[in-house]
Amino acid sequence: MQKDEKVLLEEFQSKIDKGVKIEPKDWMPLKYRNQLIRMMSQHAHSEIVGMLPEGNWITRAPSLRRKAILLAKVQDEAGHGMYLYSAAETLGIDRTTLLEQLHSGKAKYSSIFNYPTLTWADIGAIGWLVDGAAIMNQTALAKGSYGPYSRAMVRICKEESFHNRQGYEIMCSLAFGSQEQKQMAQDALNRWWWPAIMMLGPSDDNSPNTEELMRWRVKMESNDAIRERFIDRTVPQADYIGLSIPDPELKIDEATGHYKHGPINWEEFFNVIKGNGPCNKSRLKTRVDADRNGKWVREAAEAYAAKRVIRDDTDF
Amino acid sequence: MILIFNKGMNTNMEKDTQWPLWEIFIQANPGIPHKHVGSLHAADAEMALQNARDVYTRRNEGISIWVVEARFIKASSPEDAGSFFEPANDKVYRHPTFYKVPDGVKYL
Repeated sequence: MQKDEKVLLEEFQSKIDKGVKIEPKDWMPLKYRNQLIRMMSQHAHSEIVGMLPEGNWITRAPSLRRKAILLAKVQDEAGHGMYLYSAAETLGIDRTTLLEQLHSGKAKYSSIFNYPTLTWADIGAIGWLVDGAAIMNQTALAKGSYGPYSRAMVRICKEESFHNRQGYEIMCSLAFGSQEQKQMAQDALNRWWWPAIMMLGPSDDNSPNTEELMRWRVKMESNDAIRERFIDRTVPQADYIGLSIPDPELKIDEATGHYKHGPINWEEFFNVIKGNGPCNKSRLKTRVDADRNGKWVREAAEAYAAKRVIRDDTDF
Repeated sequence: MILIFNKGMNTNMEKDTQWPLWEIFIQANPGIPHKHVGSLHAADAEMALQNARDVYTRRNEGISIWVVEARFIKASSPEDAGSFFEPANDKVYRHPTFYKVPDGVKYL
């Protein structure tokens, strides 16, 4: 007996209200499915493209310790991309299509990864600010209604905390170092602060669909609420290492007890999203080249697997 | 020319192929069951094991890994869950709490 859409939708909503996770084979509204595919694939692409700005410094890390840490962090980002792609695939889209959407520019990834990493201090700033902002977002998403996404987020959150700390540790070393090192740290903070603030998404009055997505627990908190928490937690960390946030209007709002930031340059944000950031073209080209250059390896692995099937020498 | 078996692989020679999908199960400690953690793509079982190690156990999360090609898993469907699991619903006598134990009788 086929239930009608209205009944299914009510059952779906009541499950979500009770905190029951939605699983891949469960009925779900098409809009829910599509929104999740969009969010999860953007998220996965961000993890993958996010390896590039940091990968830039692996060979030039200032010590073996820093190099080992950065390698492990970048490997984690790859892993996060893999968790998220596989979670997105449970919604009926395949990996090839997801990658094609990234390579053709149809799918987006986080605006922040289109900024360059000019100095070693940028690696500190990324871990501290970019991963810090991402954690705010991801801890909220871990409570979301779609089972596979929420489980992937739980794993990711566990791993992100090391990323955040290693970044702050780099900033500490520089900020408490020579005058030049401190200046380098301040310069990185100046360049990464606003992009980090913006990566949490457009302000609430400019973010359509939010109400329905919150009701479906696809989105857990508004962009502005997450941004406020990020700023509240980060400002004292900057104070501790004697660096100043590049926002002359930043101050505590006596009424709410939260920091109030100055105006955000949303024009820059939408411009970067549209593909006109400093590194959009090179980031995409690197991904497309990696895919193209890896094609023969994938084909060779397939040929080898097929040969082993013929010989029946797989060691099960 | 590459020989491609129609074994869950994409047989379209023009399009880049997508390796088969494998479901990954990890045993975290001795004495507990393997638990599903996610999936990944790999050309064969051996590669699936190695990829699973790198993707899912970078922090000692496991001591044993099972990989199963996803197409071999048959799952029950949520729409039929009601009738499918119905036979267990009216058999309360399968639970010890169904039975009356006389006062004073121990070790039952």
